[in-house]
Amino acid sequence: MVRSSGMLGEDGIHVDMNHLKTGEVNMAITFCDGVILGADSRTTTGAYIANRVTDKLTQVHDTIWCCRSGSAADTQAVADIVSYHLGLYGVMHEEGPTTQTAAGLFQELCYDNKDRLSAGMIIAGYDQRNGGNVYSIPLGGSLHKQPYAIGGSGSTYIYGYCDSYWKEGMSEEEGIGFVKGALREAIKWDGSSGGVIRLVVLTNKGAVRHLYLPDQGYKGPGKGA
Amino acid sequence: MPGFDFSNHNRNAALHAQGVPLPKATSTGTTIVGCIFDGGVVIAADTRATSGPIVADKNCEKLHYIAPQIWCAGAGTAADTEFTTALISSNLELHSLSTGRKPRVVTVMTMLKQHLFRYQGYIGAYLVVAGVDPTGVGLFTVHAHGSTDKLPYVTMGSGSLAAMAVFETQWKQKLTREEAIKLTSDAIQAGIFNDLGSGSNVDVCVITKDMTTMMRNYIKPNQREQKQKSYKFPRGTTAVLNEKIITKEEISKYVTVQELSSDDDVVVVEKMDIDQ
Repeated sequence: MVRSSGMLGEDGIHVDMNHLKTGEVNMAITFCDGVILGADSRTTTGAYIANRVTDKLTQVHDTIWCCRSGSAADTQAVADIVSYHLGLYGVMHEEGPTTQTAAGLFQELCYDNKDRLSAGMIIAGYDQRNGGNVYSIPLGGSLHKQPYAIGGSGSTYIYGYCDSYWKEGMSEEEGIGFVKGALREAIKWDGSSGGVIRLVVLTNKGAVRHLYLPDQGYKGPGKGA
Repeated sequence: MPGFDFSNHNRNAALHAQGVPLPKATSTGTTIVGCIFDGGVVIAADTRATSGPIVADKNCEKLHYIAPQIWCAGAGTAADTEFTTALISSNLELHSLSTGRKPRVVTVMTMLKQHLFRYQGYIGAYLVVAGVDPTGVGLFTVHAHGSTDKLPYVTMGSGSLAAMAVFETQWKQKLTREEAIKLTSDAIQAGIFNDLGSGSNVDVCVITKDMTTMMRNYIKPNQREQKQKSYKFPRGTTAVLNEKIITKEEISKYVTVQELSSDDDVVVVEKMDIDQ
């Protein structure tokens, strides 16, 4: 039995619906003190929600994190490989890896295996040398350094929101408000996005997690949750 | 001639071209669940194995041993769940022997996901991994494509929707051991009664810091009852139309008879070549 390339079925038309999809909406932004990553928490298998409290914000080093979107299996595998390489880099060098180094590693994997992967990644990190930075790697494996990046199916609904509300050099509070507002909008309009809003704030003080629940109007519990 | 023999492949390709379907694998319908409680974890499964619409086994085992304190519930292709869990169990024992440490649940989860990811979903194993290790309690799901999830309560297989409905309505934080066993077995029973692919009995495995309790056929909700009437036909129900008796002497007319000498106790049918 010969399978046509990628995720296409034997007839070359139908896509394997049993593949676990993740990251229907996620984003990362730079602000005055560092970066903020945000994502919804929905993982789907066809029409079934396989996990409603997924953590799509994945740590690959102390203050280098990524947002995963696309196939859950593919993005987890890529993040695990990068995490291994950055861990090795961390113990072999005096200085930890920069966000650019991590993004380069991600790009190499995503570009070289683009025929086999469906992985959209946003890499965000804080390092002493460059401060906060955001990189985006869409499906083809290209690498883009951006002041902010959005991804996943739900991102199409918030291009307008982000473009009109984006401000360079926001405070932490403004940044959280921007990300939360955008994700809330994407969850509202996109059927395959939903659940809770997870945020990670990366500054020179390290990583801080936030959680916002839908039954509390995405207001709490907030920091450290 | 040394080398591989591809004649079976050619035969299969020719057969497939003539429209002969591929053989069906057993067990795609299943209900398996797992749930964390205060001080341990419990996993449970139904016991039906199917091959298309046929029930291939009414009381199969879907709870697989990985290590004394780590067990796995399997859905999907029966052969794949059986062999992948056996392979990982074997490699894990070698790993814990070489490190001199007790095996961890995350290690099992990582080994499974890397193995399954390599085979791009062609190994149809959908697993619930559960156990207690020196770092604490662990509960994960691993999908055939290699993605994993970490949750306090999980369900998998075709009966997962029915089972998840039970968890989503009855689950609470900080369950006791007895409450967790009740909840997981109720979730499996929801699968048994509401999903066509699941059925028969409930198997449960409880793992705590200092003990693993395997409860095979913990609940048997589908016991066959004694028939209220006897349906045995009495002797002589079928009329005999004619009768013919063959004597021992005439038997060689119908079959080939070979006389054996009485002192040859053992008859060698086929000789086996043994390396010297």
